[in-house]
Amino acid sequence: MEDGQDAKIVVDGLNAWYGSVQALRDVSLTILDRKVTAVIGPSGCGKSTFIRCLNRMHEVAPHTRVQGKVTLDGQDIYAPGVDPVTIRRRVGMVFQRPNPFPTMSIFDNVAAGLKLGGLAPKAYLADIVEKALRQAALWDEVKYMLKRNGTALSGGQQQRLCIARALAVEPEVLLMDEPCSALDPITTLAIEELLQELSREYTIIIVTHNMQQAARVSDKAAFLFMGEDRTGFLVEYGDTKEIFTNPKDPRTEGYITGRFG
Amino acid sequence: MTRALLEKQLQEIQDEVLELGGMVERAILGSIETLKKQDLEMAQLIITEDVAINQKRFHIEERCIQLMATQQPVASDLRQIVAMIHIIVDLERMADHAEGIAKITLLIGKEPLIKPLIDIPRMAQKGVEMLRRSLEAFTQRNVEAAKGISEEDDEVDALYDQVYRELLVLMLQDPRIIQRATYLIWVAHNLERIADRVTNICERVVFTATGHMVEMNVSKY
Repeated sequence: MEDGQDAKIVVDGLNAWYGSVQALRDVSLTILDRKVTAVIGPSGCGKSTFIRCLNRMHEVAPHTRVQGKVTLDGQDIYAPGVDPVTIRRRVGMVFQRPNPFPTMSIFDNVAAGLKLGGLAPKAYLADIVEKALRQAALWDEVKYMLKRNGTALSGGQQQRLCIARALAVEPEVLLMDEPCSALDPITTLAIEELLQELSREYTIIIVTHNMQQAARVSDKAAFLFMGEDRTGFLVEYGDTKEIFTNPKDPRTEGYITGRFG
Repeated sequence: MTRALLEKQLQEIQDEVLELGGMVERAILGSIETLKKQDLEMAQLIITEDVAINQKRFHIEERCIQLMATQQPVASDLRQIVAMIHIIVDLERMADHAEGIAKITLLIGKEPLIKPLIDIPRMAQKGVEMLRRSLEAFTQRNVEAAKGISEEDDEVDALYDQVYRELLVLMLQDPRIIQRATYLIWVAHNLERIADRVTNICERVVFTATGHMVEMNVSKY
């Protein structure tokens, strides 16, 4: 592969079910290291399910099932003996609505993952929290109020707090499920800018309904769609520039130009 | 989900591009007509009307920019808009060539033409016909037609060669006509450039239809 085009996650023939309902069929693609990959597609096409399969979060819901292969740096994350907790530490997640732990201070929110995992000696905790808050571009706004409750922050600050919490455990991949859908446009642009910064160190996969956002922030884009049976599948995957100027598949064209979906 | 507003505006702008094309056609044919008839008043009119063509071009460009800003077009919609922005520039420049021919008509004034005009009107006819078909190919996103039209530029080049050689011979025979013969070479050159710009439109047809930017039939001039 070209320089800077190394595979981080390879998905091969991925299928996912909720009970007897199949949510994803035969998805195969390669996520590149330290790039931003956007996952787009209409509601219910399996975008969130897809990224939840990448850190074994899908199986947390009851009656779910996954089939197919997902490798992280060549390691099969579904192989017997692989600890899902370790995978989830390496592949962190940020959700749609900012969800800071309501009873915890800003500091403790960021430190939560480290404490739970027993990952950091107390002496380094403050350093790690500061580093994570700096990476999330929140440090300057909260450095004098670390003891205050996380919910006292604005929506955009709370989302950056959640990003800091995810970064504190030093993941390699960051999954983001519509991280800006609850935020105003200016805050959204601030998060987008942050993604660009973070992609120097982290592999980022972002699910978004906002196609302009996908076009703005990502290097690669995957378009998922669903058939009559409501099972999602991959229609097209490629360079974002290509997808938004000259998509190969008429269904991608129809969706991104707003003709259907 | 539909994009009724975007589609309506794209259609309206495309119609305006065709209107501009019609104005340019009339300017080209009119300029040759004024030259043939040595009608200085009509030449002046063509020069004045070029202002309207320029305004039309800016008006279309403005609509394209507004549409991009308000509707965020992507993929084939975006390619169509970008192509139209390029096409109107080529159309406007073609009209400038027609205006150039009108100005040469004024320079020649009432001095008799050194020869009856045969190949020059032929070049104009050919160029205008190529222009008309290239815009039709654009509205139909017809790649094959566009490729064919761009090939026809060779015919205009051949006519230019013929005019040039003929006038050169006449100048050698009678140096007193050098100035007037040179004016006619300028006219032929303007027409040759018009056909080249049709090739640019053909390139935009291919881009709109396929997303590929290809250089088509590079003119020998």
